[in-house]
Amino acid sequence: MRTLTFAQALGEAMAEELRRDPSVVLWGIDIGPYGGAFGVTQGLHAEFGPERVIDMPVSEAGYTGCGVGAAATGLRPVIELQFSDWITIASDQLINQAANMRYMFGGLISVPMVLRAPVGGYTSAAAQHTHMFESIFSFVAGLKVVLPSTPHDAKGLLKSAIRDNNPVIFFEHNQLYATEGEVPEEEYTIPLGKADVKREGSDVTIVTYSYMVSKSLAAAEKLAREGIDVEVVDLRTVDPIDEEAIVASIKKTHRLVVVQETWRNCSVSSEVAAIAAEKALDYLDEPVLRVTAHHVPTPFSPVLEEYVLPNEEKIVAAVRRVAGG
Amino acid sequence: MDIPRETLLLMYERMLKVRHFEDRVKDLFAAGEMPGFVHLYLGQEAVAVGACATLNDDDFITSTHRGHGHIIAKGGDVKLMMAELYGKATGYNKGKGGSMHIADPRLGILGANGIVGAGLPIATGAGLSAKLRKSGQVTVCFFGDGASNQGTFHEAINIAAAFDLPVVYVCENNLYAVGTRQSDVRKVEDIADRGVGYAIPGLAIDGNDVIAVYEACKEAVERARAGMGPTLIECKTYRWRTHFEGEPDTYRPPEEVEAWMQREPIAPYRTKLIEQGVLTEAQASKIEADVLAELDGAVEFARQSPHPEPESALEDLWA
Repeated sequence: MRTLTFAQALGEAMAEELRRDPSVVLWGIDIGPYGGAFGVTQGLHAEFGPERVIDMPVSEAGYTGCGVGAAATGLRPVIELQFSDWITIASDQLINQAANMRYMFGGLISVPMVLRAPVGGYTSAAAQHTHMFESIFSFVAGLKVVLPSTPHDAKGLLKSAIRDNNPVIFFEHNQLYATEGEVPEEEYTIPLGKADVKREGSDVTIVTYSYMVSKSLAAAEKLAREGIDVEVVDLRTVDPIDEEAIVASIKKTHRLVVVQETWRNCSVSSEVAAIAAEKALDYLDEPVLRVTAHHVPTPFSPVLEEYVLPNEEKIVAAVRRVAGG
Repeated sequence: MDIPRETLLLMYERMLKVRHFEDRVKDLFAAGEMPGFVHLYLGQEAVAVGACATLNDDDFITSTHRGHGHIIAKGGDVKLMMAELYGKATGYNKGKGGSMHIADPRLGILGANGIVGAGLPIATGAGLSAKLRKSGQVTVCFFGDGASNQGTFHEAINIAAAFDLPVVYVCENNLYAVGTRQSDVRKVEDIADRGVGYAIPGLAIDGNDVIAVYEACKEAVERARAGMGPTLIECKTYRWRTHFEGEPDTYRPPEEVEAWMQREPIAPYRTKLIEQGVLTEAQASKIEADVLAELDGAVEFARQSPHPEPESALEDLWA
């Protein structure tokens, strides 16, 4: 099978949907001839023109809100935020408007829009270009939140997100854009809300998502050499979250480590631990452990950032603790 | 400007409907028949009605927390509105939205909005959508003087101006945002002057003169439909009531309120229509009687309608 980078897979998903459905429109900052800050929209302006691939002014609330209005009136806008940190500026339009509209209006109006945004650290970009806010948006009723970990998943999930009739926030990890993986030539989609077991194992379950999937898989290989067989469950969509997949894996391994790049308080990792406590406590042989960032803003210095964010060693140590019990 | 007779009559009927709807709501709310809280449009009738009279059924509007007038002006069904205000299952939003969140996409009503200034980007997106779909639809965005100080005002109008979007921004300047007199927190006298900053026309007009509102909006709507971009129209008006019902009026001089109530928009318009022979006294009274009868029916419908089933609270989130 051919291989594509994560960025190419995303670009291909958008190109296919632009061709398939005339109501799909892209906008954001620098996504036109410039091709996007991370190159994801490269070539799309040339193929689809300035009426389908639109450069916006620096106005996160403005152009995100335009997405809400356009989605409510017959388009399927796919909006790119240059960095997800700036989603705070757009948040009223996401939280009070997009998420609420269908429900608040008694089902009369739907908001089929996608907001794409790069997330994540490991770049020495300090506290305003690295943070991950998926937990905030998972907390909100009425938004779907997707974080793919491979080129294959990225393409299939983005196509589903664009076709979804609800607002979807699609977070793409900066460390993944250049990674390569197999992507079929033929058409496919991946349903939102379904986790994927990225590595089967029998001793310990790691539930994770986004860039931490590859860190967890690397940790699992190291642990395999110690005789610890790790199962890695990639949530892919954190809202709606795939409870069945989490519970099924716990029933198999009886041990759970949750790996999440960002802060732990009231986060997706808290939710996974709560699901384990509510629905699988009797199957757990050890307390649930979480590997997350320390509760400080992401620091600039590589030394400090390495200390704050999760890494393979921290994951290995956590798995050893639950496996040794 | 030559305004068709049917439009003149429609504006009279719609202004009366807004006035009497709000009068009913005032009394019914005070009597404890409605949950939550309400923001009344009394005194501002000419703005919504004059603006919406220039629109087609499939044109869009975005509305505000003070939205009843806009919904009625765009043709909203007062039965469904009243039932929604009562929180009943038969209301526009099945009791899920209430006074501040009425929408009717069949009439292009993209929703009232409880967040001040949030409608501006949404209206701009509807304008972008109309332009990209080449549908010829125009969007009128209603917002208040308070919203004109939000970042969304500036972001939205800049985008609309940059792309020549078919949007008419209608600012209802009623002098106060809740209890703060806007001249204390804004340097510029006319909000319309802010159009200069975005290279679009900005007009300040008498918002209590329905003909003035109609004429200004008509020209702006035609400009928008012709692909010539957005217009900012500031309508100087006044709300007779406090920000929300039940709020003590500690911040407005009584003589100011009285002076604006003397300048109310409907009675002079009625006189003018009769003087011009558009309407007889008898016809005017008949229109008003019909409006009152329709509102009686709306209140009765709302009162008799069932409450929503509690479990229906879990429906309508996902499409």
